[in-house]
Amino acid sequence: MAVIKVNNLSKNYGEVEALKGIAFEVEQNEIFGLIGPDGAGKSTLIRILNSLILADKGEVSVMGKDPNKQYQYIRNNIGYMPGRFSLYEDLSVKENLEFFATIFGTTIKKSYNLIKDIYQQIEPFNDRKAGALSGGMKQKLALCAALIHYPKVLFLDEPTTGVDPVSRKEFWQIIKGLHQHNITIVVSTPYMDEADLCDRVALMNEGEILRIDTPKNVANSFDKPLYALEAKEGNYKLIKTLRAYPFLESVFPFGEKLHYTDQRDLDVTQALIEHLEAEGFNDINISKIASNTEDVFIRLMNNQKQ
Amino acid sequence: MNSEKIIETTKLTKAFGSFKAVNEITFDVKKGEIFGFLGANGAGKSTAMKMLTGLLSPTSGEATVAGFDVFTQQEKIKKNIGYMSQKFSLYDDLSLLENIKFFGGIYGLSKEQLNERGTAMIERLGLSDVSHKLLKEVPLGWKQKIAFSVATLHQPKIVFLDEPTGGVDPITRRQFWEMIYEAADNGTTVFVTTHYMDEAEYCNRISMMVDGRIAGYGSPKELKADFKSDNMDEVFVKIARGENYKIQ
Repeated sequence: MAVIKVNNLSKNYGEVEALKGIAFEVEQNEIFGLIGPDGAGKSTLIRILNSLILADKGEVSVMGKDPNKQYQYIRNNIGYMPGRFSLYEDLSVKENLEFFATIFGTTIKKSYNLIKDIYQQIEPFNDRKAGALSGGMKQKLALCAALIHYPKVLFLDEPTTGVDPVSRKEFWQIIKGLHQHNITIVVSTPYMDEADLCDRVALMNEGEILRIDTPKNVANSFDKPLYALEAKEGNYKLIKTLRAYPFLESVFPFGEKLHYTDQRDLDVTQALIEHLEAEGFNDINISKIASNTEDVFIRLMNNQKQ
Repeated sequence: MNSEKIIETTKLTKAFGSFKAVNEITFDVKKGEIFGFLGANGAGKSTAMKMLTGLLSPTSGEATVAGFDVFTQQEKIKKNIGYMSQKFSLYDDLSLLENIKFFGGIYGLSKEQLNERGTAMIERLGLSDVSHKLLKEVPLGWKQKIAFSVATLHQPKIVFLDEPTGGVDPITRRQFWEMIYEAADNGTTVFVTTHYMDEAEYCNRISMMVDGRIAGYGSPKELKADFKSDNMDEVFVKIARGENYKIQ
């Protein structure tokens, strides 16, 4: 059964169209990722779903309720961790949790089973003021507060933005760990590699959903042969040379290599090697590779612009 | 790239009370190099960058930036470097060209220099037709280009980029890196922080900070070999959490 249903949803801020008639569903107990850069509409969408702002147009249902009218039910049954730290900096770790527990008519003790794994990591700092915690600890505290009332649906708005790669991985471990508690999770992120950690994802850009699918299907939906290239002379020279190549379709740096697509559908490995050798490149290495989420995102973005 | 050193530090340290936020870091950055300054949150990157940009006095050690001493010549450092952060502070209600001229003026460029370099820069960015547009009317990618241009208009020897591509879409992010490559190709040294590990691969050399120290230092190729890893993501995990660390 779908826990969240959205149809033809639009939201404008003045002349800016933040959401342009999007539609999707989130299933029970799913980790659903909203993947896209700043300005994609991720936060706007999350705020509409959790009843903080009103849509201009379209239908929205969360746990079968309308956020416009039955917001009290929704607010009692969702957890929300906004992108910005929003707890009380002048209260201690424990005071913050007790405060949010009281608001929802519960206690830390009652929720302990759900938050245990996360809370134990910050419990040694129970008496420290939230404002004096490190970024990682603040994040864990905010997540505990969002879970204190056993929500059915959890909204995480860019929980890993600006977080280093290791801490990001560890935070995703926590998200995965919540799965066993039968919580539906909607999480937004600008990091394309995090798509692989979701059950399903919506790729978003400029107020539109470019694709909805499992991460695997998204990555495999690339409709062209994709090549990884490198040469001794380095990526910058290689990009410049390839841009002038008449058969080029696209070339982008990806880590240590370039990802390249050609206008021709046949295998162009040999043709490329010959061309690059003639241009004076050495130690050329070309291989056909499987595409990832970011390849697909770039391609869909280009299609969107045309 | 040549061997002239634009940054050189020896045991550079910043202590806050008994806590050493930056603990005896020693490294150098060469002219024309793209140098990636990586590390976990709270490892001391921001503190180190503040010292290198003349905003914070070190506790001990030695360091020079663009030939100036971080202890005694902080004002000279500020005049001779460029700086751009993710939250670039341009003026929404000024046009693209006005923003460039305004910040160039602050760096002490003459009217002639402002006109000449400002126009040349706008042309090179391919924004001549829209140079009169207000900053708030243009896409993020353009703003980013303008911010980078502003940071380099006074032709500094080195430009510091603090997470310049956070939250930016994958195409704009890559266009931005082409600007970095181009600047480096023209001899500008680029000192950049990022949380995108694929971007770490774009750097000539990187350093990785853990708990106030530099725990990894070298080219991406060297580091991958040293830590027996396929990519920088793995290198990062191993440096930050130890060789045997496993994410369950």
